[in-house]
Amino acid sequence: MRTREERRFQVIGNIVMIILTACALLPMILLVLSSLTDNDTLIRNGYSFLPEKFSLQAYTYIFSTGNSVIHAYGISILLTVVGTTCSLVITTLLAYALSKKALPGKGVLTFIVFFTMLFNGGLVPTYMNYTNVFGLKNTFWGLLIPSLLTNGFNILLMKSYFVTGVPDEVLEAAYIDGASEFKTFYSIALPLAKPIVATIGLFAGIAYWNDWMNGYIYLTKRTDLYSIQNLLNRMIQNIQFLTQSSANISNANVGLSSIPAVSVRMAMAVVGVLPIVIVYPFVQNNFVKGITLGGVKG
Amino acid sequence: MKETTAVTASVPKKRSKFRRFLPVYIMALPGLIYLFINNYMPLPGLVLAFKNYNARKGIYGSDWAGFSNFKYLFQTQDAFVITRNTLCYNIVFIVVNMVCAIAVAIILSEITSKAKKFYQSAILLPYLISAVIVSYLVFAFLSTENGFVNNSILSLFGKEPISWYTEKKYWPFILVFVNTWKGIGYNCIIYLSTILGFDRAYYEAAAIDGASKWQQITKITLPMLKPTIIMLVLMAVGRIFYSDFGLFYQVPQNSGSLYSVTNTIDTYVYRGLLELGDITMSAAAGLYQSIVGFVLVLGANLLVRKLDKDSALF
Repeated sequence: MRTREERRFQVIGNIVMIILTACALLPMILLVLSSLTDNDTLIRNGYSFLPEKFSLQAYTYIFSTGNSVIHAYGISILLTVVGTTCSLVITTLLAYALSKKALPGKGVLTFIVFFTMLFNGGLVPTYMNYTNVFGLKNTFWGLLIPSLLTNGFNILLMKSYFVTGVPDEVLEAAYIDGASEFKTFYSIALPLAKPIVATIGLFAGIAYWNDWMNGYIYLTKRTDLYSIQNLLNRMIQNIQFLTQSSANISNANVGLSSIPAVSVRMAMAVVGVLPIVIVYPFVQNNFVKGITLGGVKG
Repeated sequence: MKETTAVTASVPKKRSKFRRFLPVYIMALPGLIYLFINNYMPLPGLVLAFKNYNARKGIYGSDWAGFSNFKYLFQTQDAFVITRNTLCYNIVFIVVNMVCAIAVAIILSEITSKAKKFYQSAILLPYLISAVIVSYLVFAFLSTENGFVNNSILSLFGKEPISWYTEKKYWPFILVFVNTWKGIGYNCIIYLSTILGFDRAYYEAAAIDGASKWQQITKITLPMLKPTIIMLVLMAVGRIFYSDFGLFYQVPQNSGSLYSVTNTIDTYVYRGLLELGDITMSAAAGLYQSIVGFVLVLGANLLVRKLDKDSALF
C-alpha cells in the first residue's frame, strides 16, 4: 500500500513538474518559432506554435540591413567582458582586504560596505551625481559604471568565503616566508577562492548582458552606443528605429516598407537571448551554488 | 578604540603595522572609491526633495521649499496609488512565491525521476532572462494584432480579441503570473537545498510507522522548513517598499492606460525624473522610498535576529 501511494506521488509530482517545465519553456519556443515564420503568415495567423510557412527572412533581414544589430551586439559583448573583469578585480581585492583579521580599521571599512545595502539614495540623486558631476551621459561609461560594477552584497559574500575558505595561517606563513601581500593574494588566496570568483563573475556577467536600464537612462542621444538590450527595448515600440539608426538614412523609407516587422521583432529577441541560453547549461551548477550561498546570508 | 590604546602603547609598532598593511589598504581602495562614488556621493543630493529645483542654479543653489514637495506629493492621488501598488503586489508576490517555491522544492526533493535535473534547469532559466526579453515574450502572447492569445486561443472559443495593453483589469494577474514564472526556479533553490540537508532518518522512521507521504510532508518537512520560511519571508518584507522596475515598466510596455495598476514607487520616480521632468516630485517620492525602505530593512533584520542570530544581516 505504501508503494502504491509512493507511486501515485511520483506520477503527480512528475506531471506537475512537466507542466511547470512547459510553462517555463513554451514562451521561448513560441519566440523561436515565430521568428522562423513567414511574415505574411504571422500577420494572418498571429504568433503561433504551428506555423504554416517557415521562412528565414527575418534573420536574413537582420544580418543584411541591420548592421545596427551587429553593432549593438558588439557593444553588449564589450560591455559584458570589460564590466565583468573590472567587477571581479574590484570586488575580489576589497573582499580580500576585509577578510584580513588583523587589519586596523577593518570594522569601519566593513560598515562602509555594509551600509550601502541598508540605505540607498535612489535614482534621482544617483542620476544627478553621474550626469552633473561625472558627465557620464551619452558615453560608454554610462553603461559600465552606474550600479553594476560591484555591490555590498557581492563583496560581503566573497569576504565570508575568504574568511572561511582561506585559512589565515596559510597566508601568514607565506607572508613570513617573505612573499609580498600582493603575491600572497595572487598565488595563494585567489586559487583557493576560485569557486566564489567564478560565481560572482557569473552574476556580474549576466547582470551586464541583461542590463538595459543604464542605457535607457544615460544614453539619450548616442544611440550608436546602444547595447542589444537597448536596441530591443527601442524596437518593441518602434520597429522603424532599426532603419533609422542604420547608417544609410536616405534608404530609410525604402527599407521601411520591406521590413518583415512582425517576425523581425521576434528574431531580434532570439538573437538577444541566445548567449544566455547557450551558456546556461555550462554555468548552471555554479549559478545554483551561488544562489544557495547568497540565500544563507540573505 | 583599539587603535588609541595601540598609539599610547607604542607608536613605532603602530607605524610598522600600518606599513605592513599598506598594500592591503591599496587593494581595498578601488572598491571603496567605487562605493563612495556610486553610493555615498549621491546622498547629499537627497536634499533635492526639499528644494524647488532650478537646473541653472543646481541642486544646492536652488531655493528651499521645506516640506511643500511632500505635502504636494501626498495630496495627489499618485502617492496613494504607488504606495498601494508597491505594497500590494509585493505582499501577493511574497505569498505566491513562498507557496509555489515550497511546493516545487518538496516535489523536486521527493521525485526519483531522471528528469529531475532537467526540470530544475528549465524552471530556473526564466530567471536569467532580461526584462526586455520578457516583455517580448509577453508581447508574443498578448499583442492585440498578432498575439497568440487573441489569434489562437480566443478565436478558438469564438471570443472577441482583447486589447491587452489598454485593459487594466487583467494586469494584476498578468504581473503576478510573470513574476512567479520568472522567480519560481530561483525561489525554490534555497528551500530545496534546505530540504536536501534534512536527515533522511526521520522520513525512514516515519515510513516504518506507517506515515503516508502527505503526512511526512506536513509533519516533517514543513515544520523543519519553518525557520527558513520565516527568514526568507522576513527578508522579503524588508524589501517590500522596492519593486522590480523591469517588471512594472517593461512588461506593460509603459502603457499609459495601465498606470493605475502598474505604477509603483520605482516607476513613478523614473517617470518623474526622465519622462515628465518633474524632478522635485520624483526626488520627494525617492526619499520617501529610501527612508521607509531603510526602516523596514532594519525592522525585518531585528526580527530575524531575535529568531536566529546567524541568519541576520547584522
